Amino acid sequence: MTDFRTPLSKVRGLGSARSGVGHFIGQRISAIALVVLMPIFLFSIASNVGGGYEETTAFLGSPFGAILTLLAMTAALYHMRLGLQTVVEDYIHKPATKAVLLIGNTLICAGLWLAVLYSVLALAS
Amino acid sequence: MVQLTLPKNSQVKKGRTWPKPEGATKTRAFKVYRYDPDSGENPRWDTYEVDMDRCGPMVLDALFFIKNEIDTTLAFRRSCREGICGSCSMNIGGRNTIACTAGIDEYKGTVTIAPLPHQPVIKDLVPDLTNFYAQLTSIQPYLQTDTPTPQGEWRQSIEDREKLDGLYECILCASCSTACPSYWWNSDKYLGPAALLQAYRWIADSRDEATGDRLDDLEDPFKLYRCHTIMNCAQVCPKGLNPAEAIGKIKELLVERQA
Repeated sequence: MTDFRTPLSKVRGLGSARSGVGHFIGQRISAIALVVLMPIFLFSIASNVGGGYEETTAFLGSPFGAILTLLAMTAALYHMRLGLQTVVEDYIHKPATKAVLLIGNTLICAGLWLAVLYSVLALAS
Repeated sequence: MVQLTLPKNSQVKKGRTWPKPEGATKTRAFKVYRYDPDSGENPRWDTYEVDMDRCGPMVLDALFFIKNEIDTTLAFRRSCREGICGSCSMNIGGRNTIACTAGIDEYKGTVTIAPLPHQPVIKDLVPDLTNFYAQLTSIQPYLQTDTPTPQGEWRQSIEDREKLDGLYECILCASCSTACPSYWWNSDKYLGPAALLQAYRWIADSRDEATGDRLDDLEDPFKLYRCHTIMNCAQVCPKGLNPAEAIGKIKELLVERQA
């Protein structure tokens, strides 16, 4: 098919989506949160190594352990969702494949987050 | 999925090695990308020996030598030969730059010359920059005001004028945009470093009254936010500009107006 659209018409396309800044802010803030939370979280987990099942579950169920785990995992999974969304948008150009991967990404990250939430709440109760 | 391999008719074949110019004692070899869509043949690498005793110091001089003395069929763009028009941008030694300000002595061994990457090739070293220019047009690179034009000029303080330094010098050679992987994958939607640097040049202009509209038009996951600060743009700019920094400032302003 001959394409008679002008180059400017193609570049303007559907116009500006008037969004993207929220994604940008979310990614930066979750990154800053992870820089602070991850070392504390990993140190806390590592210092429980060797303590056995009881001690580890007690730590994860304690107010500090539970809140720390939830904060770290919320920031990590939110950041992961935003990052993978960017990767898919960059490289996947087939509309159907892109839609499946973007929805899948959101659902998997949300599912993982709910699993963390359930586990921590179960240990804390 | 992004296409990572060249289609069959774009694969570059080994081309012809031209003989040394007669009587030449000091020569340099130039491996040049050749493509003629009318021939129906694949692109090829031709190698030329340039007589350095009869050639100027720049890569553009060598291209002139090849065209004038060895092979008149070689096509390339050039105009000012002093780094201000941006016509002779190409990929030299694996790096985008302009041939007129690239010294031959900056390169070791055989000098490889190819057109700007990831653009359709019209012939040899001449890329089709239609999309690039349309993107520049789309950001409306001119002063926009609603206030009636003053009798004299639109006035600007020295400090505000200085904010345009590092932006106005862009010669639109397209070296930056065509060096950007994000632009390679998404140039249909992502405006690219050159157009975004120009967009910021007008956003930063104290005389312009369309700043908000300009930011509205840029606030888009693809037009602006495909920049992942890869920084190839700043690395290759033959004028030493930093488009990535300008894009960063647009992002900063978009955050600023949210809070």
